[in-house]
Amino acid sequence: MSAVIEVRDVSVRFATDFGEVEAVDGASFEVREGEILGLVGESGSGKSVTATAILRLIRRPGRLTGGSIVLGGRDLARLGEDELQKVRGTEITMVSQTPRTALNPLITVGEQVARLFVLHAGLSKADARKRAIEMLAMVGIPEPERRARQYAHQFSGGMCQRVMIAMALATSPRLLIADEPTTGLDVSTAARILDLLRDLGHRTGASILLITHDLGVVATTCHRVAVMHAGQMVEVAPVRALFAHPAHPYTRALVRSIPRIDCEVAMEPIPGAVPSLLNIAPGCRYAGRCPWVEERCRQIKPGMTEIAPDHLVACYAVEDGRARVV
Amino acid sequence: MPALCELDDVKVHFPLRGAAAWLRTVKEHQASVVRAVDGISFQVQAGETLGLVGESGCGKSTVARALVRLVRPTGGHVRFEGTEIGSLSDQAFNEVRPHLQMVFQDPAASLNPRLTVRRMVEEPLRLHTDLGAAERRDRAEAVLVEVGLGLELADRYPHELSGGQCQRVNIARALVTNPRLIVLDEPTSALDVSLRARVILLLEELRQRHGLAYLFISHDLATVRYLAARVAVMYLGVIVEEAPAAALFDGPAHPYTRALLAAVPVPDPDARRDPFVLSGEIPSPIDIPTGCRLRARCPLAQPVCAQPVPYREVAPGHFAACHLV
Ligand SMILES: Nc1ncnc2c1ncn2[C@@H]1O[C@H](COP(=O)(O)OP(=O)(O)O)[C@@H](O)[C@H]1O
Ligand SMILES: Nc1ncnc2c1ncn2[C@@H]1O[C@H](COP(=O)(O)OP(=O)(O)O)[C@@H](O)[C@H]1O
Ligand code: SF4
Ligand SMILES: [Mg+2]
Ligand SMILES: [Mg+2]
Repeated sequence: MSAVIEVRDVSVRFATDFGEVEAVDGASFEVREGEILGLVGESGSGKSVTATAILRLIRRPGRLTGGSIVLGGRDLARLGEDELQKVRGTEITMVSQTPRTALNPLITVGEQVARLFVLHAGLSKADARKRAIEMLAMVGIPEPERRARQYAHQFSGGMCQRVMIAMALATSPRLLIADEPTTGLDVSTAARILDLLRDLGHRTGASILLITHDLGVVATTCHRVAVMHAGQMVEVAPVRALFAHPAHPYTRALVRSIPRIDCEVAMEPIPGAVPSLLNIAPGCRYAGRCPWVEERCRQIKPGMTEIAPDHLVACYAVEDGRARVV
Repeated sequence: MPALCELDDVKVHFPLRGAAAWLRTVKEHQASVVRAVDGISFQVQAGETLGLVGESGCGKSTVARALVRLVRPTGGHVRFEGTEIGSLSDQAFNEVRPHLQMVFQDPAASLNPRLTVRRMVEEPLRLHTDLGAAERRDRAEAVLVEVGLGLELADRYPHELSGGQCQRVNIARALVTNPRLIVLDEPTSALDVSLRARVILLLEELRQRHGLAYLFISHDLATVRYLAARVAVMYLGVIVEEAPAAALFDGPAHPYTRALLAAVPVPDPDARRDPFVLSGEIPSPIDIPTGCRLRARCPLAQPVCAQPVPYREVAPGHFAACHLV
């Protein structure tokens, strides 16, 4: 399957009063045609910054310090602001964790969706309105015609998120980035939103980058998974392989650290804490937490190795077979 | 032996204020109340963890606040070690209070920004015991160590602590008076995965060591399964099911519980999903349906569901409020 977007060696730094924070350190992954790629990791691991970098929306004191972001033959890392504006909101769209604040409280929901069709598809007002109502129906909003005339404050959190998804899909984007789209929603609402993303991805052909800290969400929704730790990509694998044979010491620890609803488990917390990214040392950023750490881990960052078809891991211990993958 | 803590048909109704209330009174000739908690009964036994789960707005925090008398019930009884705490004078309640503590959801917001960790942990001792300064200091330090906070943190202020450390301070404050029951309202919800696991393990260790009982409130069902011996499920101000944890998670009896469990994403791509789904959204606690409160959303609903629902024992120790079980 071909890639819709290819992120290669992307790094993002923030200048702070205390020094440089390298929030993303050479992240590489691609999102393929029609798939949902999960991006998972503890908070502060650089997931949102990675998404922001893809949209080229990193603002000062942050900057994209390297890498390429190739979408449809163009490297977004090298595009000017004018061209980027044509990509954002049309070819790449985004849904965030706070749908309510992303909606305009003063304009009806239907009007907000309709404006996208006027702006991007050049539809007449009447046609745009019709399309907006169709979109609201498609994302499962009951009585879309009546609801279209209402304002965001009359919508529940789950319904606001559906509207955001309708708006994100209105321009038929190649890539939809959903950053923690269900965090803060109740489980049943969250489950419906994930069903919707899965179903719409399938129906519209949009590829989805789904950012989450929840391994349950990853397992039920994604085709492949990229695991991030402290700004470094540590493992990329098909979802079954990741859960059946987690390879990177961090992924293994992450999987063991969560309680489960479907069975009794011995929960083991991940050792240590996410390291401070301020003036961070070279090498593997899991070194301070890792049971297999050796001297070279602290010197040079391990590259990605393919340990099984399509299963990439960045770890010396896995590479050498010291940390045997079970 | 009486239960450590017992709620008996507790109701907490809030008056609805503002324009909406006025409009309702004029248009519908109804007094407007929010029936946040609408007749709840349960017991917590000494040394046991009771999990209380349900979606946001179902009344969990209001139950917690009624239990520690932060809100006065509009009906029913709250008993702690057999004593009706609603009828106690403030002074008499002050003597019960050390045995009955609470930890809130937002770890940082529940700490006083102007006090050091040490002061905050000593505070409950100052309020509820007659320990001298030296004894308070020793006790506070012992508890800080016990919850895994180094003494080097004792003289810090809340803004100098991480989220996980703040929640440990809250736990230390609750623990310092040697309580018999701690009400934990979403204590892990604001924490990241690795911190969450540590706080869960800490809570369990403390419970076992001190024979504590918890009312553990959470919408995180996996954590509840890990910690709770029994679980009660709330929907729209009432308990719809209560059972030993394993029985509830492996064989939910009430359609609401079944739908809630089915919605939790399991970290296993091959897990079979129960496709059981409720329609629509939770109604407001102002307009509570008659009969079974789930009726309009329940895929199994029958005409009988419009009748008042009996709360039946469907298996030993397993109760459910559904006409069809
Ligand atoms: N404006 C900023 N200034 C300094 N550091 C920042 C800024 N934005 C993000 N960071 C750093 O980037 C890291 C990653 O953040 P983020 O991508 O939001 O994590 P995640 O989404 O995985 O929780 C954080 O640890 C934070 O320190
Ligand atoms: N002081 C109050 N006045 C009016 N309504 C309230 C008050 N406190 C809570 N409520 C309402 O009571 C219901 C239950 O709230 P809460 O107990 O906080 O639920 P939960 O903790 O399960 O999310 C909600 O509808 C909430 O809006
Ligand atoms: S073995 Fe080395 S490279 Fe692998 S995770 Fe541990 S510290 Fe990183
Ligand atoms: Mg984020
Ligand atoms: Mg609450």
